[in-house]
Amino acid sequence: MTPGFIAQALAFTRRDLLRERRSGEVVWVTLPFGAVALLLIPIAIGTDTPTLRRVGVGMFWVVVMLFGVLIAVRRTSADSVAQRDMVALTGADPAASFKGAAVANFMLLVLFEVVLGVLTVVLYDVDLAGWLWIPLILVLVAAGLSLLGTLAAGIVSTGRSAAALVPLIVAPMSVPLLIAATQSFEGLRLGESILTWILMLIVIVLVLSIAGVLTARPLQETG
Amino acid sequence: MVNHRRYPDAVSEPTAIVSLSGVAVRAGAVPILRDIDLEVHRGEAVGLFGSNGAGKTTLLRLIATLTRPSAGHGSVFGADLGGPERFDVRKQIGYIGHTPGWYPELTLAENLGFLADVMGCDRARVDSSLAAVGLSGAKDRRADRCSHGMQRRAEFAKVLMTEPELLLLDEPHSALDADAILLVDDLVRRTAARGGASVLVSHDRERVNALADRTFVIAAGTLQ
Repeated sequence: MTPGFIAQALAFTRRDLLRERRSGEVVWVTLPFGAVALLLIPIAIGTDTPTLRRVGVGMFWVVVMLFGVLIAVRRTSADSVAQRDMVALTGADPAASFKGAAVANFMLLVLFEVVLGVLTVVLYDVDLAGWLWIPLILVLVAAGLSLLGTLAAGIVSTGRSAAALVPLIVAPMSVPLLIAATQSFEGLRLGESILTWILMLIVIVLVLSIAGVLTARPLQETG
Repeated sequence: MVNHRRYPDAVSEPTAIVSLSGVAVRAGAVPILRDIDLEVHRGEAVGLFGSNGAGKTTLLRLIATLTRPSAGHGSVFGADLGGPERFDVRKQIGYIGHTPGWYPELTLAENLGFLADVMGCDRARVDSSLAAVGLSGAKDRRADRCSHGMQRRAEFAKVLMTEPELLLLDEPHSALDADAILLVDDLVRRTAARGGASVLVSHDRERVNALADRTFVIAAGTLQ
């Protein structure tokens, strides 16, 4: 009997997390690079504490956006034609494949955010006002980035020339995420309501989620 | 057509599993396949020969629903090769191409386990299928640490686990030792015996002639 959508998606999530556990690409390559980027910025702009405190949150989000999309794109687009054929011939729902891959990317991105977040607090002495909201913001941004990266990876897999389109797709879509994330933290620092920004993040996640599901089959068949 | 024979114990029905009529496949402006007419019936094995670049692999990918026809009409299990219904029959197709599609970081058992989970096969069949192809001792070895021959064997374990009704084999005897070659032949015979069908692409005419009911030569994209 063919498993349901959720069982299929979970199988794809398990596959991707197992592959990451074995390759360690995120934990041993991308994460250290992200940490190095956060370490280099104070060296470049000076170690003046008020300056670092002011730019810390922004720097954290820029690094998360750049490396985060890279995590999602690289993990999903690296599959060979033979691997994609094998998955297509399982008869699995491509939307389940998309969701499963996005969930695995989401879990890796949350780990990435948490480790770099701790490093940012230590290096930049960031103000953690309204810290109760921070987990929600991190989760929503990770969800948005994972969906965006997985969708971009699906486009990359349609052909070599399609890889050139990825920055054009990712850049405009990640700008609203970056704005909502940084403005949420700014709102928390100033003690203002951040509900508008939270809603914006939720809408972005929903839009990307629907786009990913709707394009999963056409992208699988074009690849 | 060179040769014709049918497996007498096949649970065959008169219906064709594969039916191609005037099918053409183009890559941009370049014709790869032209005016292909072919029927593959339940209980039979069909062999395809041809030189490199003749279109053999494209024909297999077409039958596997991985490539769409540019012209003509084709169906597999009654599903139009150009329509969305072809997605529903994919589970019944076992396609073994030139390159194994295993995930290199996963062990052979984990690769098969993933397929079992996605396709709804019994997980217990992972071990028994690997044992049947002589890979019990290598089931916990990462795919990228297995030889090409072992990876090919594992593909036959996949076929044993999923029991597809239509077997599409691209150079199935290459990179295999004598035992594994017998395994391939047995798989083709068993598929035919339970009412399925096989299409084999090969350069090994002698072996495929002994195995197939009908054989064709494909040259410059046409079937002869």
